[in-house]
Amino acid sequence: MSKPIKVLIAKPGLDGHDRGAITLAMGLRDEGMEVIYTGLRQTAENIVRTCSQEYVDVLGLSLLSGGHNYYFPKIIDLLKENGMGHVLVLAGGIIPNEDRKSLKEKGIKEIFGPGTPISEIADFIRKNIKGEDS
Amino acid sequence: MKQDVDKLIAGAFSGDESSLGCLLTMVENDDASVSRILEAVSSKLGRAYRIGITGSPGSGKSTLIDKLVAAMRSKGLTVGVICVDPSSPITGGAVLGDRIRMEQHYSDDGVFIRSMASRGSYGGISKAVGAAVDIFDASGKDVVVIETVGIGQEGIDITKIVDTTLLVLAPGWGDSMQLMKAGVLEVADIIVINKADLGGDGLADSIREILALSTRKSAPPVIQTQAFNNIGIDDLYRELENRRNEHHHKAKER
Repeated sequence: MSKPIKVLIAKPGLDGHDRGAITLAMGLRDEGMEVIYTGLRQTAENIVRTCSQEYVDVLGLSLLSGGHNYYFPKIIDLLKENGMGHVLVLAGGIIPNEDRKSLKEKGIKEIFGPGTPISEIADFIRKNIKGEDS
Repeated sequence: MKQDVDKLIAGAFSGDESSLGCLLTMVENDDASVSRILEAVSSKLGRAYRIGITGSPGSGKSTLIDKLVAAMRSKGLTVGVICVDPSSPITGGAVLGDRIRMEQHYSDDGVFIRSMASRGSYGGISKAVGAAVDIFDASGKDVVVIETVGIGQEGIDITKIVDTTLLVLAPGWGDSMQLMKAGVLEVADIIVINKADLGGDGLADSIREILALSTRKSAPPVIQTQAFNNIGIDDLYRELENRRNEHHHKAKER
């Protein structure tokens, strides 16, 4: 059991729905990863602090309320400012197609919508993580 | 992990959270630089008060820590918290869920919370916890609180790395036969009955009766709390402070 991948699943902003986030947290646990869930309604600053303290490899952002264009770029910037620019950032929830390009340009590595098999997300993480075994 | 270890150590000691986080990950992963880290840490040890919190799953350990940390912060103390949760024996995966109970401290610079998976250790903590506590101590935290995996009886590894061990029980946990058994009850410095509104007096009586029959030199105090309602936290905090003063007194005599 050497070096499991450590993942933070985070819910930024005023969004009260976390069935998807919890499903993914448990799914990635079953994929052998160490998963932390922030709980609902987090600020960008608190999410990034948690990334630093837990020194995670992956940050999964879940947002269904439409605030992604505000929160996701802000979180990416804060990660860089706080020495955590190496974190693989993924997103999920309700992200309209027209917003995906700009979010990816900003540094969101991939966006997974509803219905994505957990194994697809886990495989993506294993392939894209830097400098860690899996 | 290709990182400049000395730079990370310097960063961690000057309050940079990602550097401190990275060092903790390195000791967890048994990185090649661990001996270098421990060497740098060793000259700065001994300031922090180390408190271990153990007890059965669902007894309220995390919520109790959340409230204790608030009490410590109101006294101006800085706190490092290490929360250990179980790794799956099947996949090695884990959900580290204790942090979520401590949400009120997420934005407080004086509190650093770190979750760790047990990674195959069965004593209630992981192999890296001892080193992690030292790193927190050396980085200047006044108090380090360690929460074990939820355990009932045999997990006493925690007592070896802390100054004071709290055992957290909740009513419904068992009868006096359970209390007679060997294990954590033998080593706890303070026994906390959390969720005391669900029948704390009955359990407290049973514990005191059994402790009166034991051959232990001094019986640990039994304190009733309702962490969720913030009741009994002051009493518990005072008891922890008393013990801290005893430790300092003993340390001076040595």
